[in-house]
Amino acid sequence: MTDAGQPLAIALEGCSKTFPDGTRALEPLDLAIHAGETVVFLGPSGCGKTTTLRIIAGLEEPDAGGKVLFDGVDVTRLPIEQRNVGMVFQSYALFPNMTVAGNIGYGLKIRKVPHAQIKARVSEMLAMMQITRLADRRIDQLSGGQRQRVALARAIAVRPRALLLDEPLTALDAKLRDTLRLEIDSLLRSLGITAIYVTHDQAEAMALGDRIVVMEHGRVAQIGRPREIYQRPATRFVAEFIGTMNRLTGSVSNGTFSCQAGSLAWPEAPTGATEILFRPEDIRVAEGHETTGLQGKVAAAFFLGDRTRLFVEVGEAQPLVIESTARRDFSHGDAVGLAIDPRGLLVL
Amino acid sequence: MKRRSLFYLQLGFTLLVCAFLVVPVILSMMAGLTVNYFVGIESGLTLRWVMEVWNGYRDTIFLSIGLSLACLAVTLVLGVPTAYVLAKRQNALTRTLEEMLVLPVAVPGLATALALIVTYGGLSGFRTSWAFILVGHVLFTLPFMVRSVLAVLSAIDLKTLEEGAASLGAGFWPRFRDIVLPNCRQGILAGSLMVVTLSMGEFNMTWLLHTPFTKTLPVGLADAYASLRLEVGSAYTLVFFLMIMPLLLALQAFAKPRPAKFVAEEAE
Repeated sequence: MTDAGQPLAIALEGCSKTFPDGTRALEPLDLAIHAGETVVFLGPSGCGKTTTLRIIAGLEEPDAGGKVLFDGVDVTRLPIEQRNVGMVFQSYALFPNMTVAGNIGYGLKIRKVPHAQIKARVSEMLAMMQITRLADRRIDQLSGGQRQRVALARAIAVRPRALLLDEPLTALDAKLRDTLRLEIDSLLRSLGITAIYVTHDQAEAMALGDRIVVMEHGRVAQIGRPREIYQRPATRFVAEFIGTMNRLTGSVSNGTFSCQAGSLAWPEAPTGATEILFRPEDIRVAEGHETTGLQGKVAAAFFLGDRTRLFVEVGEAQPLVIESTARRDFSHGDAVGLAIDPRGLLVL
Repeated sequence: MKRRSLFYLQLGFTLLVCAFLVVPVILSMMAGLTVNYFVGIESGLTLRWVMEVWNGYRDTIFLSIGLSLACLAVTLVLGVPTAYVLAKRQNALTRTLEEMLVLPVAVPGLATALALIVTYGGLSGFRTSWAFILVGHVLFTLPFMVRSVLAVLSAIDLKTLEEGAASLGAGFWPRFRDIVLPNCRQGILAGSLMVVTLSMGEFNMTWLLHTPFTKTLPVGLADAYASLRLEVGSAYTLVFFLMIMPLLLALQAFAKPRPAKFVAEEAE
C-alpha cells in the first residue's frame, strides 16, 4: 500500500532508567526487535513499558552504559527528531493550530519536501485512513476515533523506519477499540514496518503482537509469541496477568493431586507440587452420570449466550472460573462434578 | 407580585451602581466639550479645549504611544520565553521565580520607581531618557504578559505536543515557531493588550521617573488638572479615553473564553 523503506532492526543493550528523584523505572534490559515484526510491551502501569518505548523513541536517555542500536548503529545520543521513527501518543498530540491535512503534512514540511509532493502524500494518507472528508477540519472538531486515525496517518506520512505506539487505543470506548485494533493490525501487516506497541490490555497484545514482552516492576517477565505467553507462562505474574487463571492448592502423591475439592489423576505430576494452575477452558462441568474426582458448588452463574460463565466454590480462597457450553441451567448452590484436562495443568 | 417588586429593586440598584460609575465619566467628557463648565452646557459646545490639549500636550500622547509599544516589544521578547520555560520546567525554582515576577505589581509603584532612581539615577544619560521610564513600565507589566501566556501554555499539553512535533523531525526552533507560538496566540494577544493598556495609563511610577522632557500622557493629565482650566483637563481625559477605549474593548473580546466546539462522536 505504501512504501516505508527497509524495516528497521532495533536492539537495546543494558538499558536501564533511573529518574532524577531516584526511582528506578527500568532495570537493565537487553532486547532485540527483528526488522518488520510487531512487538507489544505489555504490563500494568508503572512496569516500565512506556519508559522502554520512550528510550527507543529518543524521548528519554537510558542511564549511562545503556545503548540503543538501530540496524546495529548506535543512536543512543540521537534526539528523537533525528531518529526517523513515527510515534502515536495516547493523547494523540495532534496540533490544535493546524487542520487535519496540516497535521498529516507537518513532518514532510519539516523535511522540506516540495509542496506538490506533500499534497499528494497527504491525500494518499487521508484515503488510506478513510478520512478524506475530514481534511480541512480542525482537530477540536474530530471525535476520538477520527483523531486516532489522523495521529496514525501523521506518523506514517513521513515513511518512518519504525512505528512506535504508546497505548493508542486506551482513550477510546470498547467498541471503537475493537474496530481500530483490527485496522491497526492490517495496517501494520500491509506496511511491513517494525512496530512497537505499548498497552496494558492483554487482549490487544494478543491480537496485535508477533511477540509480546510482558513487563513487571521494570523487568521483563517473559518474551514470547502470544500462544506461548498464554499457554506456557514463565512466572505466576505472567500467568495471572494474561487471561484468567484458576488455582487449586493441595499435594501430589502416586500420580494423584489431592485438594479440598477432591482428587485428580495426574500421571506426570511433578513431585512436591502444592499448587496447580489452569485456564477456564481446561476445566469442564461433568455431564450426566459421569463421575469425577472433583466436586464443587456453583457460587454464581452468568448466561452469556454462547456459554455460561460459572464461579464454582471448591474451598479455595478464589472460586474456580469455568466457561461451560452445556445446554442446561445452573443456579446458586448446585453441586457439580468437575473434570480437568491434565494437559492444561501448570506448576509455577 | 412580590417577585416583580424584587426585580425592580434589583434593577434599580444595578442602574444606580452603573450611574455611579458612568455619570462622572460622562460629566468629565462633557466638561471637556463645554465652553464654560461653570455656566454649564448652555454656554455651548466647543472643540477648543481638545485643540488646546492637542497643541500643548501632543508630545505626551506620542510618547505614551511609543512607550507602550516599546514596552510591548520588550515584554514580548522577555515574557513569552519566560512563560515557556516556566511552563516546561515546573520545579521549586521556577515557582519561586514566578512569584518573584509578581512583586512589582504588589509593591507600590512609587517604591519601585524610587529604587530605580537610587540605583540608576547616577547614569544621567539614562536617567533623562524615556528608556528610564520604559524600564519601570517593563517591570510593572512583565508579570501580566508572563501570566497570560503561562495560563494558556498550562492549559495545553505542551510537552506532548512538542514531543509529537519532535517525532516528526522538528528541532527546537521549528517546534517553537510552529507549535508553541501558534498555540499560545490567545495568551500573547491578551497579554499584549494588557501590557499596552497598563503602560499607557501608568502614573504612579512614571510620575517619579519622568523628566520635563519625558512626560507621558497620564503625567501630562495630572499637570493639566493642576495648572490649567478644568475644561482643558477634562478634554485631556476625553483624548485619553478615546485612545484607551478601543484597547479595552479588544481586551474584553480576547479575554472571552473560546466557545467549546463540541462535535458529537460520529459513527465510525
